[in-house]
Amino acid sequence: MTLLMSVRDITKYYGRYIGCAEVSFDLYPGEVMGVVGESGSGKSTLLNCLAGHLPPDRGEVLFDSRVDGPKDTLKMSEPERRMLGRTDWAFVHQNARDGLRMNVSAGGNVGERLMAVGARNYGDIRRQATQWLGRVEISETRIDDRPTTFSGGMQQRLQIARNLVTGPRLVFMDEPTGGLDVSVQARLLDLLRGLVRDMGLSAIIVTHDLAVVRLLADRLMVMKDGHVVEAGLTDQVLDDPQHAYTQLLVSSVLQV
Amino acid sequence: MEWGNSMTEYNFAYLDEQTKRMIRRAILKGLAIPGYQVPFASREMPMPYGWGTGGVQVSAAVLTPEDTLKVIDQGADDTTNAVSIRKFFERTAGVATTTATAEASVIQTRHRIPEEPLVEDQILVYQVPIPEPLRFLEPRETETRKMHSLEEYGPMHVKLYEDISRHGHIATAYAYPVQVEGRYMMDPSPIPKFDNPKMEMPAIQLFGAGREQRIYALPPYTKVVSLDFEDHPFDPSKAPHPCRLCGAEGAYLDEVITDDEGGRMFVCSDTDFCERRRAAGHEGAQA
Repeated sequence: MTLLMSVRDITKYYGRYIGCAEVSFDLYPGEVMGVVGESGSGKSTLLNCLAGHLPPDRGEVLFDSRVDGPKDTLKMSEPERRMLGRTDWAFVHQNARDGLRMNVSAGGNVGERLMAVGARNYGDIRRQATQWLGRVEISETRIDDRPTTFSGGMQQRLQIARNLVTGPRLVFMDEPTGGLDVSVQARLLDLLRGLVRDMGLSAIIVTHDLAVVRLLADRLMVMKDGHVVEAGLTDQVLDDPQHAYTQLLVSSVLQV
Repeated sequence: MEWGNSMTEYNFAYLDEQTKRMIRRAILKGLAIPGYQVPFASREMPMPYGWGTGGVQVSAAVLTPEDTLKVIDQGADDTTNAVSIRKFFERTAGVATTTATAEASVIQTRHRIPEEPLVEDQILVYQVPIPEPLRFLEPRETETRKMHSLEEYGPMHVKLYEDISRHGHIATAYAYPVQVEGRYMMDPSPIPKFDNPKMEMPAIQLFGAGREQRIYALPPYTKVVSLDFEDHPFDPSKAPHPCRLCGAEGAYLDEVITDDEGGRMFVCSDTDFCERRRAAGHEGAQA
């Protein structure tokens, strides 16, 4: 099976402080990789380096592009990388407000990516937007409402619809359930799990919530102080943690 | 000596020669890259921003003593803005002025293109409030410049999408976005969309935004395409009436309220065009 993404030695320093250091991993099509760790451990830095939002100091990110096969996205020209960001990649922000246009209707938000890749038929765009709102459990009647009138959970679901409408192959998620209450979290996770399985998506999910990775991730990386301290199958890492920090992390989860 | 009539008080056309050179360089660059917004060091002019400081600076840079100037505001030659800018150049440049479109070599305009087709050797100068067509989508200048350089114009259609979803048709009626020569997205200034098809013309078109410090341009016969959807094509609409004064069918009309009992009439917004037609014997319903 060909790799979807191969990450080698990604290192990013903020001055003399380590953002993340020497991170390497492989991602296969349809696989969900979880990245956990405490605040400041370099999870988000890593994700932003991978998604091309932040230039790393060292390393390479080989992505299996549809046209040219494996390509180092860090050496791509900016137009190429942005094109990738609109087609094969998607980025779900922790705060839905960062990923949505708050002054544009829900339908316009979902349709934007379609129009960005050349859709010019209003009827088609509208139909696809309606269909996607249905898939993320937002009522069709809300299609012309602005996201400012939506609840936090709805905004997050809308952001997911907006990202998945062009059928990406890889989704970057930065704390997708952060700031949502637990029942909304549970429904969102259920939805995400369904979408990931249905569409055969690969995903890299950054979170500090072990329950999220337990439900979604096939494999897990544990980060501390910018380094990956442990990696492996999710159940294996969570049920039999080897590294002292992972043991601490797993034992810190409150049992209700 | 009467104030303002002597060339000893002002340099020709108010601005000093170095400033005019700087503006001309920006204009030439703009003509070389149609639709591209060229930054320029906009000067303080003796009028408030929003009154045409950009257009005035561009006009000052292209005027020669032999030129004949026409200034219009919403199609009219006799409104405050048009009158004061015309007087400004009469005083500071001493150029001949006219209200006749055909006799003018430089026409400064706010919000209209004259009805009478322009010809080669004429220059049309637009006053532009917000030159950046992507501004409503993206408030960051760094990002809009990047979008222009990478030709990322898909989101532009979001604005039109929003129009259709809210009103059932593309409700943007002025400052209707256009794409120039298949490349740059351009704001045609707040002209009615009725005027958009006229932008493919033999005259040179220059756009000046004083507060925003941008100049852009269209050389003669440049291809200008108004954005639309396949199933909602561009429609350069106007009020479905003939002019009440001159009977013109194909001219852009202003709605004029005549009393407080709902009385109103539609008349040509281009006053010069309307007067000429009436002088030639054309009559509307109320002549």
